[in-house]
Amino acid sequence: MNKEELKIAITEILPEITFDETGEFLNVFVPATSLLPFMNSIRSNNNFEMDYLFCLTCIDWKDHFMMVYHLHSKKHRHEFVVKAKLENRENPEIESLSGIWKTADFHEREVFDLFGINFLHHPDLRRIFMDDNWKGFPLRKDYMDENMIEI
Amino acid sequence: MSLMGQDVLTEDGLFMVNIGPQHPSTHGVLHLKVWLDGETIVKIQPHLGYIHRSIEKMSENLSYRNFIFATSRMDYLSAHINNEACALTVEKGLGIQATPRAKVIRIIMAELTRLASHQLWWGCTGLDLGAVTPFFYAFRDREAINGIMEETCGARLTMNYMVPGGVMYDLHPNFQKHTKDVMASIKKNLADYDNLLTGNVIFEMRTKGVGVLSKEDAISFGCTGPTARASGVSCDIRKLFPYSGYENVQFDEILATGGDCYDRYMCRMAEMRQSVNIIEQLIDTIPEGDFQEKTKAVIKLPKGEFYQRVETARGELGVYIVSDGAASPYRVKYRSPGFSNLSALSQMAQGVKIGDLVAIMATIDLVIPDIDR
Repeated sequence: MNKEELKIAITEILPEITFDETGEFLNVFVPATSLLPFMNSIRSNNNFEMDYLFCLTCIDWKDHFMMVYHLHSKKHRHEFVVKAKLENRENPEIESLSGIWKTADFHEREVFDLFGINFLHHPDLRRIFMDDNWKGFPLRKDYMDENMIEI
Repeated sequence: MSLMGQDVLTEDGLFMVNIGPQHPSTHGVLHLKVWLDGETIVKIQPHLGYIHRSIEKMSENLSYRNFIFATSRMDYLSAHINNEACALTVEKGLGIQATPRAKVIRIIMAELTRLASHQLWWGCTGLDLGAVTPFFYAFRDREAINGIMEETCGARLTMNYMVPGGVMYDLHPNFQKHTKDVMASIKKNLADYDNLLTGNVIFEMRTKGVGVLSKEDAISFGCTGPTARASGVSCDIRKLFPYSGYENVQFDEILATGGDCYDRYMCRMAEMRQSVNIIEQLIDTIPEGDFQEKTKAVIKLPKGEFYQRVETARGELGVYIVSDGAASPYRVKYRSPGFSNLSALSQMAQGVKIGDLVAIMATIDLVIPDIDR
């Protein structure tokens, strides 16, 4: 499907979705609360079959977090980006996708480690790179450490 | 019984063994916790981060020219290709393209890198499985490629040769002659490689049917590169999303169906021949002209997001830059191939004898700095 057909088909699944087409990919903004059912349906729906999650990350926009999922379909060769906004900076949480794509397991642990996003129902949510006793989340924009120098 | 405060005998009768972080077959500082039932592996938990340098965080304070060079330290065996990925992303943001000469140089350099990387992998695989001789053969050939790199780039491992708009300086006058000589000898030596290891009975027994990864799992785990292609997943970025002019080059995507250690081995062996083939197509037809497109001294990308993927020796490397219009990136994410490939290790090793774990790790071709970043 091309971008326009994807837009129509995605709106049929979840009407409250908004789009952004300025970049290379079609960006799909999904409310964080309906992320899991939405992802489930685009993975299992025969028209989409998004079987390959090739990038999972998070962006700290200072007043909110943005979860970013790059998806590709090996069968249909179409791809788009799903984004979910997390408003709560104190306790950001979102459903884990490790039940849909196995690669999400490690990537969500990385985002948990470096951004402090709490993935609900993740099978094994521990820090992956940093020490278990590490304080703070290094990739957050307001992260400070006594060893950091002001440039 | 306990070891360093940890119970090694679990309640369900399993035995826990630590492999690494200082272990020759993990090819770096990777720590695996392995739960065994007798000699059979039940579960593996990789512990990462021993060389986590947070290159993504560092890049947020580096200019668009400088952040490229940190990536040479990620997958140090594919340093050229990592640099190229970043340079391509910045070019995408600026809306420019490398000069025709630079594009061809990039492909040749990338394929030389792939060859050198696969050669090191081949030697180490032999070493891991008990054959010492391949290591010397592989390093002899890799040394010749490193010599070509040193002549043109001034460095043997962290080349830092790719810049936005092209390459940093022109090729060394001897480049074409040396490359042709090396290719001729490597073509001859690849037959030796097969004679030494591929048909060896012990080697086949240790790799055939070991560590099978199904096609569905390979896609679900996000495996890429020869690791996934051995399971039948078509994922060569050079074919699917051509960059730098790969669309004008004749080569085959190597696919296998078995998904075991032997198929992963055969995929890489065949890829070496494809790389030689690509280099031979291009080495006599490097276009004349500038080696670098003119760019501003301070590069600023427009607001937005830019994603570029390339095929490194290990698989798909994705560079995701989020720009807020400043002179350094707001956020950089590297989707590294090793990280996703490693996550499938536990699945591949289930039910395998502990001695075969080394064979599986060798054929996934792990480079730890690529995983930890």
